[in-house]
Amino acid sequence: MTPKRKRRLMMIILILVGVGTATALALTAFNKNMMFFYSPSQVVAGEAPQNRSFRVGGMVKEKSLSRDKDGITARFVVHDNAKDVTIIYTGILPDLFREGQGIVAQGKLGSDGVFVASEVLAKHDENYMPPEVAAAMKPKGIDKNTKGQ
Amino acid sequence: MIPELGHFALILALCLAIAQAFFPLAGAQLNKTRWMAVAKPAARGQFIFLLISFVCLTTSFIQNDFSVIYVAKNSNSLLPIQYQISAVWGSHEGSLLLWALILGIWTLAVTLFSRHLPQAMVARVLGVMGLISIGFMLFMLFTSNPFDRLLPAAAEGRDLNPLLQDFGLIIHPPMLYMGYVGFSVAFSFAIAALLGGQLDSAWARWSRPWTTMAWCFLTVGIALGSWWAYYELGWGGWWFWDPVENASFMPWLIGTALMHSLAVTEKRGSFKSWTVMLAILAFSLSLLGTFLVRSGVVTSVHAFASDPTRGVFILAFLAVVIGGSLLLYAFKAGNIKSAGRFSLLSRETLLLTNNIILVVVCATVLLGTLYPLVLDAMGAGKISVGTPYFNFMFSILMLPLVFLLALGPLSRWKKQSLSGLFDSVKILFAVSILSGIASYFILGTISWPVAMVIALFTWIVGSSFLNLYKRVQNKPDKLAALSTVSLSFYGMFFAHIGVAVFMMGVTFTSHYSEEKDIRMKPGDTLDLAGYSFQFKGAKEVMGPNYRAQEGTIVISQGNQELTTLKPQKRLYLVQRSPMTEAAIDPSLSRDLFIAMGEPLGKGEWSIRIQYKPLIRWIWLGTLIMAFGGLLALSDKRYRTKRKNSETQVNPA
Repeated sequence: MTPKRKRRLMMIILILVGVGTATALALTAFNKNMMFFYSPSQVVAGEAPQNRSFRVGGMVKEKSLSRDKDGITARFVVHDNAKDVTIIYTGILPDLFREGQGIVAQGKLGSDGVFVASEVLAKHDENYMPPEVAAAMKPKGIDKNTKGQ
Repeated sequence: MIPELGHFALILALCLAIAQAFFPLAGAQLNKTRWMAVAKPAARGQFIFLLISFVCLTTSFIQNDFSVIYVAKNSNSLLPIQYQISAVWGSHEGSLLLWALILGIWTLAVTLFSRHLPQAMVARVLGVMGLISIGFMLFMLFTSNPFDRLLPAAAEGRDLNPLLQDFGLIIHPPMLYMGYVGFSVAFSFAIAALLGGQLDSAWARWSRPWTTMAWCFLTVGIALGSWWAYYELGWGGWWFWDPVENASFMPWLIGTALMHSLAVTEKRGSFKSWTVMLAILAFSLSLLGTFLVRSGVVTSVHAFASDPTRGVFILAFLAVVIGGSLLLYAFKAGNIKSAGRFSLLSRETLLLTNNIILVVVCATVLLGTLYPLVLDAMGAGKISVGTPYFNFMFSILMLPLVFLLALGPLSRWKKQSLSGLFDSVKILFAVSILSGIASYFILGTISWPVAMVIALFTWIVGSSFLNLYKRVQNKPDKLAALSTVSLSFYGMFFAHIGVAVFMMGVTFTSHYSEEKDIRMKPGDTLDLAGYSFQFKGAKEVMGPNYRAQEGTIVISQGNQELTTLKPQKRLYLVQRSPMTEAAIDPSLSRDLFIAMGEPLGKGEWSIRIQYKPLIRWIWLGTLIMAFGGLLALSDKRYRTKRKNSETQVNPA
């Protein structure tokens, strides 16, 4: 091999090794931090993982919000017109968190079936429904009006 | 009448854009001077009509003309005047008009500062910009006309989204768009060069200031967005890896790579096809950003109930622009001959490494942003990618980049001896390591990432000064010689120091922030990070278009009272939407951040209190970077007329 070719080969090998390592790292990290979205029905049916973060979303059930004595821990129920999931969250809820509003919560499912949220997302637009929630809502005779609000 | 005038002006602008695209491009191909001469007047005319159109829309806002749907949806007679003006770009239609106007501004700038360029080049550049403009104006006229009427007129407007009623949001979108759209110039230069087969260092030198300028705007735009999210979204975070944030960050990453690779192309004549590729990528990602924000495909704070059907048009437009330019690239890139050989250790290699890392970072961000969308589109489930992925990838990839950042400017073009490089930095290297170790004793806690970042900070700042010293060391009067160092060198000097400052801000904020969500009744005190926060209660205050509960919190340190903060929980009356208005006590060393949560009865409130060390350094660092860019593009060699296209020997 000529020195020029050798140099080129070196360069290409270095680039490949670097980019390869980066890709491997990226994919590992990606897999670890990928969060799936589940509807309350799926959570109740046991389809959601136990020891892994995921997202759950639905409408906050009317009159389900209560606070623990510390004033900071909130409990509420989200539903998809079929099943309910109780969510517990410690911290200040977003501005547009309201009963009857669509929300997405991120966190882990406890063994008691209560979802411990590390983050609660509610959108800054009253007419806006997170697409995940809109898709998760089960059509139901009585509740049709609330669907896709 | 005024809206119709605006609409008509927009149509005329479109006609001129068609002329601006067709005649110069065809003229350059057929070598018809008269056709090429259409470029400048058409571009200027297009700008004037866009301006008229924009002024008309603004007038409708100021006059509270609620017979225009867009005005009725996004404004209100009670809205303060500055927000009535910024409401023009507060939503989809108007922000597209702003996009088009800004493209007009950049095009106008090209017509003004291109006197020394060959006519065919100017014609092609303006022609390509005209094509882009046509796409955007067609999009506006067919799917999102801001001048559509509402009959009968609404009695009152629905008001601007309260989140957008803020100073940061007046300037954030225009700045960001100046950056996004600015890359269209570099893109057009690249396409023009491909079309004309003229890819030389002169081409790189023409592209450089435009790229740097766009990059400066984008840097400031992103920083403003981050600053706004910090104080206005109410939660004290400064970056969320939100798809829309990523959308602005990806062009920035590629733009940064492009600036560096243009330097190599200008100085050494190498990396040509790579540079062209980056120019195409940077603008494609800008378009993708516009698509992500405006099509409603992403769940994000920016996705204010937008219309997915428009996405199809943008997607098609995206396909034409990206597909077309890549096709052209595929056909023409084979003819590009890169000159200039370089050895394994040289400034070229280090800049190539810089480029590869930036592109890989961009690819990981792209993966995290688009993968959920693709999966969803295929019906394979709904996922989201957690922040830890981005944080991990970003820091792991940035570490080698910032380490090499210090070595690049100290290395020679073409060939650098390893021992020479080692000799020049060995003391600095030792000092950097020592500063990292010293941080352990000063901060009192061992934290590897922090110690490493402090070492890197010393490493970058030290190498910048070392490099500056090297430029004057042989001069008799070293201080006076400082003024003879080129502005582009100082540009690099500041931009690199900006990176170091930014990095310190990010690291300290993420490692040493303290935060507490707490229930407080009037008189309660919380101690956090050496400060004590006393809640004095909340009372109602009225704003121009909102009602608020305003808390009073007295902050003291030791026995000394520092300041009183008044965070608000606002209720905007038209949209009935609540808003948290955080109160911040800023300083260079730390921010104290207080946000009101909810009333819990009996005068009690849930309150979020945060201590954020060095958080200002994040934005300060980005501003220093942008300042560096500004210096670099003020370098006199970009302003003097070029008689020949010889490569300059000035340092990059």
